[in-house]
Amino acid sequence: MEKFNILTGTAAPMMDDNINTDAIIPTAWIVNVGSDWGRGLFGNWRRGRDGKDLPDFVLNRPKYRDCRILVAGRNFACGSSREEAVWALLGFGIRCVIAPSFGDIFFDSAFKNGLLPVVLPVDRVKQIAASVDAGEQSEMTVDLVRCSLTAPDGTAIAFTVDETRRAPLLQGRDDIDRTLALVSQIEAFQSADKTRRPWIYRS
Amino acid sequence: MRNPELTFAVVDHIVATSPGRNDSTNPAGRPFIEAWRKNCADFGITNFDLDDSRQGIVHVIAPELGIDLPGCTLVCGDSHTSSNGAVGALAWGIGASEVEHVLATQTVVQHKPKRMRILFTGRLTPGVSAKDIILHAIGKLGTAAGRGHVVEYGGPAIAALAMDGRLTVCNMSIEMGARAGLIAPDDVTFDYLAHTEFAPKGPTWDAAVKQWRTLSSDDGAVFEREEEIDCSALKPQITWGTSPQDVIAVDESIPNPAREADAARKTAMERALSYIGLAPGAPLIGTKIDYAFIGSCTNGRLADLEAAARIARGRKVAPGVRALVVPGSMQIRRAAEHAGLDRIFIDAGFEWHSAGCSMCVAANGEIVAPGKRCISTSNRNFENRQGPGSRTHLASPESVVAAAVTGAIADVRTLLG
Repeated sequence: MEKFNILTGTAAPMMDDNINTDAIIPTAWIVNVGSDWGRGLFGNWRRGRDGKDLPDFVLNRPKYRDCRILVAGRNFACGSSREEAVWALLGFGIRCVIAPSFGDIFFDSAFKNGLLPVVLPVDRVKQIAASVDAGEQSEMTVDLVRCSLTAPDGTAIAFTVDETRRAPLLQGRDDIDRTLALVSQIEAFQSADKTRRPWIYRS
Repeated sequence: MRNPELTFAVVDHIVATSPGRNDSTNPAGRPFIEAWRKNCADFGITNFDLDDSRQGIVHVIAPELGIDLPGCTLVCGDSHTSSNGAVGALAWGIGASEVEHVLATQTVVQHKPKRMRILFTGRLTPGVSAKDIILHAIGKLGTAAGRGHVVEYGGPAIAALAMDGRLTVCNMSIEMGARAGLIAPDDVTFDYLAHTEFAPKGPTWDAAVKQWRTLSSDDGAVFEREEEIDCSALKPQITWGTSPQDVIAVDESIPNPAREADAARKTAMERALSYIGLAPGAPLIGTKIDYAFIGSCTNGRLADLEAAARIARGRKVAPGVRALVVPGSMQIRRAAEHAGLDRIFIDAGFEWHSAGCSMCVAANGEIVAPGKRCISTSNRNFENRQGPGSRTHLASPESVVAAAVTGAIADVRTLLG
């Protein structure tokens, strides 16, 4: 996993609530097209049925084509568990999504892939989106070391990330290795549980 | 891989469900199926292949085979894993990275969820089913209400449901934003699980049931959020938009975004109506449909097919409507055939398929054509969900048959004999 410390890049606003993972990466793209996830990102919104880019879609606008940070509405990435939604954002170059809330499954998957979801109160997110929208430039900085971001208008905003999620992301550390270091505890649990609840296990 | 013997695999999303299907019936699925089969063989994972009599949608077969048991922790790389909470398991959907973690360690690192309880009171009236209960709850509470929570469903209306209906309710927990939903196990649960292939047998079964009887919330248990919903006047529910929370009773008119105070909600409603091709204030009843789909991990179980067949019996699918029945598992398909349900559906003009996810997720080549309207027993009415440009209305199996035979969205209560 690629670590995340400080990211400076173009931010784009997508302030609709409840943008679901089917929209982020359409099923047809996963099934038929293969693994160029970044091209599949928002496939049905980015391109018409003829395959041509739709110029009005936010990520097709020249200002936002190099988007690295998405500023989104409530309950971003709800719905399907497809981790391809995270991979599609990363494949496009987006490494941070700022939103008032996220779908639970996406939120966990994001941290495991080096994509930082930042939760802020809805008014704060709207303020950032307005600042992103306003000027010629929409560059901003997200600093996970200091847990602070700087909106395009220069406003500094603090955010919090649970330390158990933040530390591995800062170091790009793999979860599985960390858990396997606890293998004796896992074995002890399974052994005791087998006595207590033998029906859970297949002998 | 730490515990291959505690791991199960099945093909469901990607397989064709048409008669005589094989690996290549859905050409795009073939590489997935081949890789899946090889992986299962390489790692010694029990798998239910295309020609296995136990094949079916993962959330249908897990309880049906007794893999899913009260008190067990069950995860799967699919958000509708929440279904499995209906037997009193803690079951939730995870992403691919977490699946990898589980395979390697047989553990999954979680933050403690918040607790939510929804009590459903009252008795359901004829033509109203478990699907209507959960659609109504999502419509009332919203698609993000359960975020960060595990939801316990309880109350007399839940206790009165058979296992198939309880699975329907828990299935759509994720449509309320909750990763997991569950129902306290009782005799209904134990009768359902008894004699299933992977459930314990003999003295171990007796010991298990004794322990399972303790798996209910204490009196005075504390929940971060509690809701109560009266089901005694509940009508058949149906979605009008592109989020599962866009729900009304079938005889209501489509809501008007102009009357919506919240600006974001107003925009979302306008967008939904534009996509779905309907006007604010219009009735939904009478809206012509092109497809009717009965199946999915929400409503592909035997009780769903029985309820649908009761409405379909002696009727005909309306001209111009393509209607499919896709059983949730091959076991259910055989049970339905044993009961003669397949004849009822076929005589009425429905297609009778093999088991799989089919038109719910449109990953297997079975899709709704662009711009066409489908009434569906599935769980998501998102834009493009059933195929690019597809328009979906979620409803119960009974309501889907009512629309299939009349050619338009209808109130199934007018067809009850």
